[in-house]
Amino acid sequence: MTNHWVDIRNADVVLIMGGNAAEAHPCGFKWVIEAKKHNKAKLIVVDPRFNRSAAMADFYAPIRTGTDIAFLGGVINYLLSHDKIQHEYVKAYTDASFLVKDGYGFDNGLFSGYQPEQRNYDKDTWHYQQGADGYVVSDPSMQNPQCVLQLMKKHYARYTPELVEKTCGTPKADFLNVCEMLASTAAPNRTATFMYALGWTQHTTGSQMIRCGALVQTLLGNIGMAGGGMNALRGHSNIQGLTDLGLLSNLLPGYLTLPKDKENDYRKYIDQRAKKPLRPNQLSYWQNYEKFHVSLMKSWYGDAATKDNNWAFDFLPRLDKVHDILQVFTDMHAGKVNGYFCQGFNPLAAIPNKAKLTEAMARLKYLVVIDPLATETSEFWQNHGEHHDVDPAKIQTAVFRLPCNCFAEENGSLTNSGRWLQWHWKGAEGPGESKSDIEIMATLFTRLRDLYRTQGGAFPDPILKLTWPYKVPNFPSAEEIAMEYNGKALADLADPADKTKVLRKAGEQLDGFAQLKDDGTTACGCWLFSGSWTQAGNQMARRDNSDPYDNGQTVNWAWSWPANRRIMYNRASADPSGKPWNDKKKQIWWSGQKWVGSDVPDYKPDAAPDVGMGPFIMNPEGVARLFGVDQMQEGPFPEHYEPFETPIGTNPMNTNPQAVSNPAARVFKEDLAAMGTSKDFPYAATSYRLTEHFHYWTKHCRINAALQPEQFVEIGEDLANEKGVKPGDKVKVTSKRGQIVAVAVVTKRLRTLTVDGKKVHHVGIPIHWGFKGLTKPGYLANTLTPFVGDANAQTPEFKSFLVNVEKA
Amino acid sequence: MANDSLDIIRRSATTTQPPDERRHLEVAKLIDVSTCIGCKACQSACMEWNDLREEVDSTLGSYDNPRDLTAASWNVIRYAEVPTGNGGLEWLMRKDNCMHCADPGCLKACPAPGAIVQYSNGIVDFQQENCIGCGYCISGCPFNIPRFGPTDHKVYKCTLCSDRVAVGLEPACVKACPTGALQFGTKDQMKDYAEQRIADLKERGYQKAGLYDPPGVGGTHAMYVLQHADQPSLYSGLPDDPSISAWVSLWKGPAKPIAAALLGLVALGSLFHYILKGPADVTRESEEAVEDEERP
Repeated sequence: MTNHWVDIRNADVVLIMGGNAAEAHPCGFKWVIEAKKHNKAKLIVVDPRFNRSAAMADFYAPIRTGTDIAFLGGVINYLLSHDKIQHEYVKAYTDASFLVKDGYGFDNGLFSGYQPEQRNYDKDTWHYQQGADGYVVSDPSMQNPQCVLQLMKKHYARYTPELVEKTCGTPKADFLNVCEMLASTAAPNRTATFMYALGWTQHTTGSQMIRCGALVQTLLGNIGMAGGGMNALRGHSNIQGLTDLGLLSNLLPGYLTLPKDKENDYRKYIDQRAKKPLRPNQLSYWQNYEKFHVSLMKSWYGDAATKDNNWAFDFLPRLDKVHDILQVFTDMHAGKVNGYFCQGFNPLAAIPNKAKLTEAMARLKYLVVIDPLATETSEFWQNHGEHHDVDPAKIQTAVFRLPCNCFAEENGSLTNSGRWLQWHWKGAEGPGESKSDIEIMATLFTRLRDLYRTQGGAFPDPILKLTWPYKVPNFPSAEEIAMEYNGKALADLADPADKTKVLRKAGEQLDGFAQLKDDGTTACGCWLFSGSWTQAGNQMARRDNSDPYDNGQTVNWAWSWPANRRIMYNRASADPSGKPWNDKKKQIWWSGQKWVGSDVPDYKPDAAPDVGMGPFIMNPEGVARLFGVDQMQEGPFPEHYEPFETPIGTNPMNTNPQAVSNPAARVFKEDLAAMGTSKDFPYAATSYRLTEHFHYWTKHCRINAALQPEQFVEIGEDLANEKGVKPGDKVKVTSKRGQIVAVAVVTKRLRTLTVDGKKVHHVGIPIHWGFKGLTKPGYLANTLTPFVGDANAQTPEFKSFLVNVEKA
Repeated sequence: MANDSLDIIRRSATTTQPPDERRHLEVAKLIDVSTCIGCKACQSACMEWNDLREEVDSTLGSYDNPRDLTAASWNVIRYAEVPTGNGGLEWLMRKDNCMHCADPGCLKACPAPGAIVQYSNGIVDFQQENCIGCGYCISGCPFNIPRFGPTDHKVYKCTLCSDRVAVGLEPACVKACPTGALQFGTKDQMKDYAEQRIADLKERGYQKAGLYDPPGVGGTHAMYVLQHADQPSLYSGLPDDPSISAWVSLWKGPAKPIAAALLGLVALGSLFHYILKGPADVTRESEEAVEDEERP
């Protein structure tokens, strides 16, 4: 979230789209209710299903699954053509006036530079024009046809309300009503917050859906404002922490990136990432990349990381390609993976196309499952009748099941969607032989290290030289690790303002990432978390909820990354002269000497407004990018592409067979063959979660099992009538990849939509059942889903696929 | 034990008036249907606090699970899909539980001394140790709330967490409610709060929004804020105008002295019968037959 949960109460309009907060985030949803109760907020829900959030909405609009860009592109068109944008904000805080390279273009579904054989783009033309000084060229009048605003207008002019209706199935009047409600927040004293979750991420166009929402919010001037922002509601209680700490194949902690295969020149590696400003007087904060990187390497390798060995640069693995779950399971399926560790992960249930996964895991030599529960994955080799029909005699994989604690059985911090690191204390001992995840991994490490010590290996240094300073080597404490993430001084740190003063003595905890150095005198395990455990103690354990400005920022409650800042880009909550756009919701302002306010400024604290520094300090241009330059895989502007399995077979936005679905999506050839068409699988299916359960965990818990005991699918009344299905009947749901049988919930909440002249029925498939646990045994819903992913994040398309439904 | 409490103001099948020395404020639970997301946290919390474990049942084609109130499910959310005039839809989710009537039909109907009590704060509570399993409370309840336990054949329902309330805590369901749809306080506070909610709903176009505190049972200590207070039955059959069955009123009203006299005559007759004929032998079969008839 750019903002945070409590801040939602400051919104005037709340849009829930690509998520279902009331269903999946009931505790956070209370802030929507607070906004309604105390701020007279209006709630809009746009979703294929009239869901629990819709039940609370002031206005609900239906939409066909997977067409959110068409809808949001239509909103952009509405805002631009009705002149409903926050003009001063757009002019000062975005790239609207920048000129784009002449070669850039878009034609019939494809942007310039498409390479069909590789299914990707040469992004050379996706850039701003730069002058001889290296700075971008702009036209402050924003009339130049090559400026971002004009290109944006042109791109989205095609997204008319009629085409939105034709593509999304949203009645035109409903669509326009949503546009008007959102447009009301273009006024500087009104804000809308956007709340989304996996309903946006889990599409082959997921990242661009989110970006499209961000464009709307930027045009409305709602980014950086209290009650505004782009707010990703994270799926697990600590999944934010997972990404922050870099647990993805291409990342290092704090969103630093692994060097690529051929990146062996340390200086080039740094320079590539430490972007120089694209306009005068910009902060371009990533210029500090080397400080973060060197401090990370000092934290990992201590004295073994020296200036002479480029801070152990060669100890880092090189990235040949992104090893996302689709890639890894495809490799596993091809027999290229020997062993696999699942820590708090139930891939058989959580990844699409169960048949492929089962075959893939059967080709492993060994599988290790570290989990508090007996997961489906850990029993993938067992026959569970109709729900998992395999022949154990044909599976030779050795499976090791290591029982671990759950979060409530250990100390630690959880990072919530709002970027708050909140410390928690052990509530009980883990049962039986369970061990903490840390103990399991640490013991594994020390044993591997012993093997390297005694038997050597191809390249033992990265293992043998890793710092391991913990009191109990096989069981580092959560406290030790948290302090390591915060970072400490390795030598006395002089105050840059007054060299005679020592800011931090050697060995002391750092106050924040501003103290990090690239000369090896600081160590920090994750620069973004620096400030969370200072010399003053554990900031994450703070529980002071006082709110002196009565705006919900509570800066003394726990600790929020970065730098305890509650609202990101909060410099944009004030106008260019430093005066809040809205006095009632002010965040920070210029006092005459520095930036002050109810939040930690997301800005250089002493940069006077007339310096002209932009509020988006992480971007080298200092402003928000309406034009995404080369950062996205499938284009600088979000464009609607159909789901890989589309119920209409064509893309109403173009006539190009190459551009029906995302031309740059993550897809493997063998999986393309497993895509169904609307001829055999006529219904648009979408999978989702229910309030009563959490993923595949709570079916192991008696009370939750009683609350939603048996697998069901939801179908609309029209489809039920066509098929002769009554509520409670069993139905067979089939996709190109498999079938499940479940009870039918027949509902008015799934409306038949008219799309491109055709009737489209949706089938809703909640995911929570499986062949383990206390609920009635069921099928894993991902038996049905397609093995294809987003072009940028590789997230599978769980939310849009095709099925057939028959009475069982 | 609870029967000796000075907090009790009414006691089933008891003619002596309980001491009336500790008149406390009346409490109430307010169920704001307009902010209820039907998450069932209240159901879960109720089972946790009261140490109940409902059976894992099957799904009948709706979100209603457990599908009805039972001796182990003292509250359930009931889901209703209600089309609106303009082609729209409302999904109304109502938490169904004991309403804790000011004039409780269950207590009136109960023939077992002290099996049902009403505390001075308004909570109506069942005392299973005094329950004879006759089920009259079920017929006496205008909201169809009490349920037989499958093994002990005694009757159970929501206690409004009288044990928690007695020590100054809110009921478990209220504590667990994530959206604040459930509120707890004095009845007056809850009415005030409801007024704010109703004003908000009216501003949002629900002209008939209102408080459900039905006078037919003397008002209740669980109240609803309804978007459509003119049509309570939209909410999965919430009674439009609940009142205590005429039979119960008769049984505990004018008929009571006659019934008592009849009972006395029967007792007298039995005594004569015993003196003249000796003790009656009741066969196992006839006992079971009687029990079967009593089952609903």
